[in-house]
Amino acid sequence: MTALVFRIGVGTCGLSAGAAEVRRALEETLAAEGAAKSGSTVKGVGCLGLCFAEPLVEVGGVLYGRVKPEDARLIAKAALEGEAVAAKALAKRDKCVLKGAEKVPPLSSQPFWALQFRDAFENCGVVDPKSIDDCIAAGGYEGLRKALKLKPAEVVAQVKAVGLRGRGGAGFPTAIKWELCAKAPAGEKFAICNADEGDPGAFMNRANLEGDPHKVLEGLIIAGYACGAGKGFVYVRAEKPLAAQSVKTAVEQAQAKGFLGKNILGSGFDFDVEVRLGAGAFVCGEETALIASIEGKRGMPRARPPYPAEHGLWGKPTNINNVETLAHVPNIFRRGAEWFAARGTAKSKGTKVFCMTGKVNNTGAFEVPIGITLRDMVFKIGGGIPNGRKFKAAQSGGPSGGCLPESCLDLQLDYESLNEAGAIMGSGGLVVMDETTCMVDVARYFLAFTQSESCGQCTPCREGTARMLDVLNRIADAKGKATDVEELQRMGRIIRDTSLCGLGQTAPNPVLSTIRYFKGEYGEHVKGKKCAAGACRMGAKK
Amino acid sequence: MPEKPKLASKAAAISRKHAAERGALIPVLQELQEEEGYLKPESLAEVSEQLKIPLSSIYGVATFYAQFRLEQPGKNIIQICSGTACHVKGSKKVLEEFEKELGIKAGETTQDKKFTLLSVRCFGACALGPIIKVNDDIYSSVAAGQAKGIIAKYGDKK
Repeated sequence: MTALVFRIGVGTCGLSAGAAEVRRALEETLAAEGAAKSGSTVKGVGCLGLCFAEPLVEVGGVLYGRVKPEDARLIAKAALEGEAVAAKALAKRDKCVLKGAEKVPPLSSQPFWALQFRDAFENCGVVDPKSIDDCIAAGGYEGLRKALKLKPAEVVAQVKAVGLRGRGGAGFPTAIKWELCAKAPAGEKFAICNADEGDPGAFMNRANLEGDPHKVLEGLIIAGYACGAGKGFVYVRAEKPLAAQSVKTAVEQAQAKGFLGKNILGSGFDFDVEVRLGAGAFVCGEETALIASIEGKRGMPRARPPYPAEHGLWGKPTNINNVETLAHVPNIFRRGAEWFAARGTAKSKGTKVFCMTGKVNNTGAFEVPIGITLRDMVFKIGGGIPNGRKFKAAQSGGPSGGCLPESCLDLQLDYESLNEAGAIMGSGGLVVMDETTCMVDVARYFLAFTQSESCGQCTPCREGTARMLDVLNRIADAKGKATDVEELQRMGRIIRDTSLCGLGQTAPNPVLSTIRYFKGEYGEHVKGKKCAAGACRMGAKK
Repeated sequence: MPEKPKLASKAAAISRKHAAERGALIPVLQELQEEEGYLKPESLAEVSEQLKIPLSSIYGVATFYAQFRLEQPGKNIIQICSGTACHVKGSKKVLEEFEKELGIKAGETTQDKKFTLLSVRCFGACALGPIIKVNDDIYSSVAAGQAKGIIAKYGDKK
């Protein structure tokens, strides 16, 4: 009997699908078969991003999807005999040590895998996130070691050279943020990891922190070094408790190993990190609101400039990066600038994780080179629309984003192209909708979300979103007026142009973009008083 | 003014533990709610005194964030995800069904204090929506028609 490692995904997705029972079944089987003697073990790992196949078990190079406890027993017994259970297998890795897997398709031949390129997510679903040694064996903290041999300005220069852009939404060049903070007058400075992932439909930050928290932490330490910060914070959304626990454990382990604390790796650089939990306010993803929240105040944004790089946490220069941005940093040093810049578009290098959900066969978190087409995302990676239905639209960027109709299927998913199409990259949420989805209902849903999450500080956002929602509710109740669509567009433009922060400025996007592409559907609601999809309160009148 | 609690109160102990931290208020309120289930007026008064923060500011923070509860919740907390992916997959119908079965609206608690029903933001398990969470148990791909059965599982717990 050879020693086998049974990997089971125990991230939030996996657990929701029943991974805890599957894990127990695996452990019981291994114990009953006396597998401990051979050194075979069960390893809880993060998420491979293949949510549609959860619970996912990987052993000997064979991946099994949608595993039930009884399947797990069968799979474990067979694996201990050196056999695969081909009928239950999803795919196999290039290196497969089990017999009987000849007919199992290679993972590299599956579009949902082959079109991906994993950088931020490279160790998610592979390493045990609770073991820093496991993470180090997978190359963890090698990037930090290399970065600390450079001067801070050289670290900034390398990130600038590869053109890393913020993955939290706006795509601002990361190195420029670092440089501004580094050039601020010397003294106390802070580096913050923004893990307040509040965009409904996006969970890449959660998956990243659950699956490989050390990579994110390593990125934060490098950012701290580049900016001259002495203290870091990870601000995690409280609704994602597993991610918060994962990063807390990682911080303690990194402290024990000397990756945090005084004189890190003998470089003379001192840096420590504290984990703070958000308290459920979407607006706190906005950097100045996030800062207010760490300070213990109501999370309300303030006007910029001054930018946090000059005047941030407790008035000190502060650098804030998103989880995924930081997760890309280690490999820029470990594998090098050329490696990183080999993928992506001319203006946006590297990869981006998209969370694809909704009416699509393969749901999950997929890391792809920036610039992949929407068509490839939905039909190749996503495997198309279930139940033979037709693709209608995909909402990119959550409540701040916009919808992309069928005519946009060949659009490249990069910052500029998405903006031109009236959507945004945002955090990378991609909700797929089929012909049974009502676009007025979708717009109303998003606006209701931003309206209730508006912090209430500035009038255009507080009052404007409420008035727009009134109009949309009226339309949905079959009481729409002929001028309503025009009125929505007018209010949308005003809110966009006059709101204080990003939340308000982008709040009208879902409404404006659905009007842009589905004006006819609004017309049917307003004039014909009917909702073909039957989602609105007027019902499906033919 | 609420009656001044004894110094040995949980609120005082938690406040003192965090007093030296900058921006301690939110961590204190989070720990307090974890301990006491919700934020009691007398506990907030104690936090105010210990941290030297005006009570009005504490209420400002406690009412701003969705996480904080100022009223005692039911024994079981049912959270229905209203994130985009869950919405597209029909979470609204699931919520309506729970409202009907329990006879309360989202955000309310049943009279027997057994259940609090909440419509919440994304849990981040979007691929498996509609997701609902009862206390710490997660139910994925919940379909209309399941509400009764799920409620029954918790109904008799004291």
